[in-house]
Amino acid sequence: MHLLRLNFAVALSGFRRYATYRVATAAGVFTNTVFGFILAYTFIALWHTHPHLGGYDQSQALTFVWTGQALLAAAALMGGGFQDEFHERIRNGDVAIDLYRPIDLQLWWLASDLGRAAFQLLGRGVVPLAVGALAFDLALPASPRRWLLFLPSVLLAVVVSFALRYLFALCGFWLLDATGLNALSALLSLFFSGMLLPLTVFPGALGEVARLLPWSATLQVPADVLMGTQPGSAGAGLAFQAGWALVLLTAGRLLQTVATRKVVVQGG
Amino acid sequence: MADGKPRSLSPGPGGRLGTLLDDAVWGLRAYGFIVAMWVRSTMAYRASFLIMLAANFATAGLDFAAIMIMFAQVDALGGFTLPEVAFLYGTSCVAFGLSDLLLGTAERVGRRVRDGTMDVLLTRPVPVLSQLAADRFALRRLGRVIQGSLVLGWSLTRLEVDWTPGRVALLASMVLCGAAIFGCLFVVGGAFQFWAQDASEVQNAFTYGGTTLLQYPPTVFGKDLVRGVTFVVPLAFVNWLPALRLLGRDDPLGLPDWLDLAAPAVALLCCAVTGLVWRAGLRAYRSTGS
Repeated sequence: MHLLRLNFAVALSGFRRYATYRVATAAGVFTNTVFGFILAYTFIALWHTHPHLGGYDQSQALTFVWTGQALLAAAALMGGGFQDEFHERIRNGDVAIDLYRPIDLQLWWLASDLGRAAFQLLGRGVVPLAVGALAFDLALPASPRRWLLFLPSVLLAVVVSFALRYLFALCGFWLLDATGLNALSALLSLFFSGMLLPLTVFPGALGEVARLLPWSATLQVPADVLMGTQPGSAGAGLAFQAGWALVLLTAGRLLQTVATRKVVVQGG
Repeated sequence: MADGKPRSLSPGPGGRLGTLLDDAVWGLRAYGFIVAMWVRSTMAYRASFLIMLAANFATAGLDFAAIMIMFAQVDALGGFTLPEVAFLYGTSCVAFGLSDLLLGTAERVGRRVRDGTMDVLLTRPVPVLSQLAADRFALRRLGRVIQGSLVLGWSLTRLEVDWTPGRVALLASMVLCGAAIFGCLFVVGGAFQFWAQDASEVQNAFTYGGTTLLQYPPTVFGKDLVRGVTFVVPLAFVNWLPALRLLGRDDPLGLPDWLDLAAPAVALLCCAVTGLVWRAGLRAYRSTGS
């Protein structure tokens, strides 16, 4: 009970921390919206020449674009969030202080990242999606049931994204300069989440493999759950996300144990 | 700031124009000094540099990977073939990459105003813009230029264009004027942050958004959007208008032919406006105090 309250407090301050910068949030919304328009027009051209590409009709493809812009900041699809901060604490040795706090390291960062994501979903996600829905004919569901399934799917997307970034950040214990690794993490996320193009459009084996990788749980699956285009059912999509979340969080836990036992903290 | 510079470095033959020219030369030289310093410091960690160069190359290449995947499914996008789109992509990336390499760090104005380090720049006898643009000069950004050049080179081997000297000159001017126009966007974006320190992300919509937009043919976009990036933010002069002429395509807006060749004039005009905006921004600067 105490632990739950503590983590909730951490999440809440994560939310408030990002909510403080209103001008920065407005700037982010503007940029997401501009990118949404650019992508939407290229998708219209693409689906005009090839209707039903990747199993989507044009309005579904556009819904995918705007869902991507809505989740870009919340699910940290371009990296960042806690990742840079945590990595910096590992690099300069401050993580030693975090480790002797009477709270679990992984849970602490997860709670703060969930708080950040909650704000960015509301602050940076809702407006671009609304603008997209006004400017284009989107395939947003009318039934509240799909939206109710979409929310846990977004939550799981954030958790999977967190677990992936946590693993990359932990590598900082072994590499003094992990900026290259962070770049790789962002690269993989942008490409394999579906941010550039829906994974269903990827040809052949590349597409099949991409849909099984954990990054597909961060955008492709939530978008499919929202539009009702998830193969199998929405439940299968949620189970896929939950499975990856569990595997990656466990891996993060194991790597953390190894890292804190074997590695000398830098700095001094 | 010009008054503060060391006398020995600016002999100043007299006359207003002469002083102005001297200031510009001094600004560029100072920029060169600071850049050289950062390059030397970067090269101290060579492995790190090579990894980041590769990362920049790969990140820039992601957009082209998406275009390749699109063309695995369709033969033409907005009526343009893959080599034609690759030509647009290459010219947009090289022009943007050059300006990002040379002026990209000008986007740190907001951060410097917030943490108070802008004051330090004002006390040095070097133009503030030279210092800002050269600060943390990141040679790794060459990765984008290299990636764009490779795509551009490939497209040139596939396009059926009769390369007369005039057309070669047009291509060269596209890249140079394009870099100048993007550079102006970086500096105007930086100046804007004197007024709105937290809004650095707005300029990404024009810089990164601009280069993404120009990678695709103008026929893909709505006419109003094309009009906007021709007459309001003159991105169309970076590659769309000259490229349409090189590729022998009709302009979707039906603009007069001479506009295809107007990029150098537009770039000059942009530089003049940018200079005024930058000065106004710098004058509006209020230190964080405390």
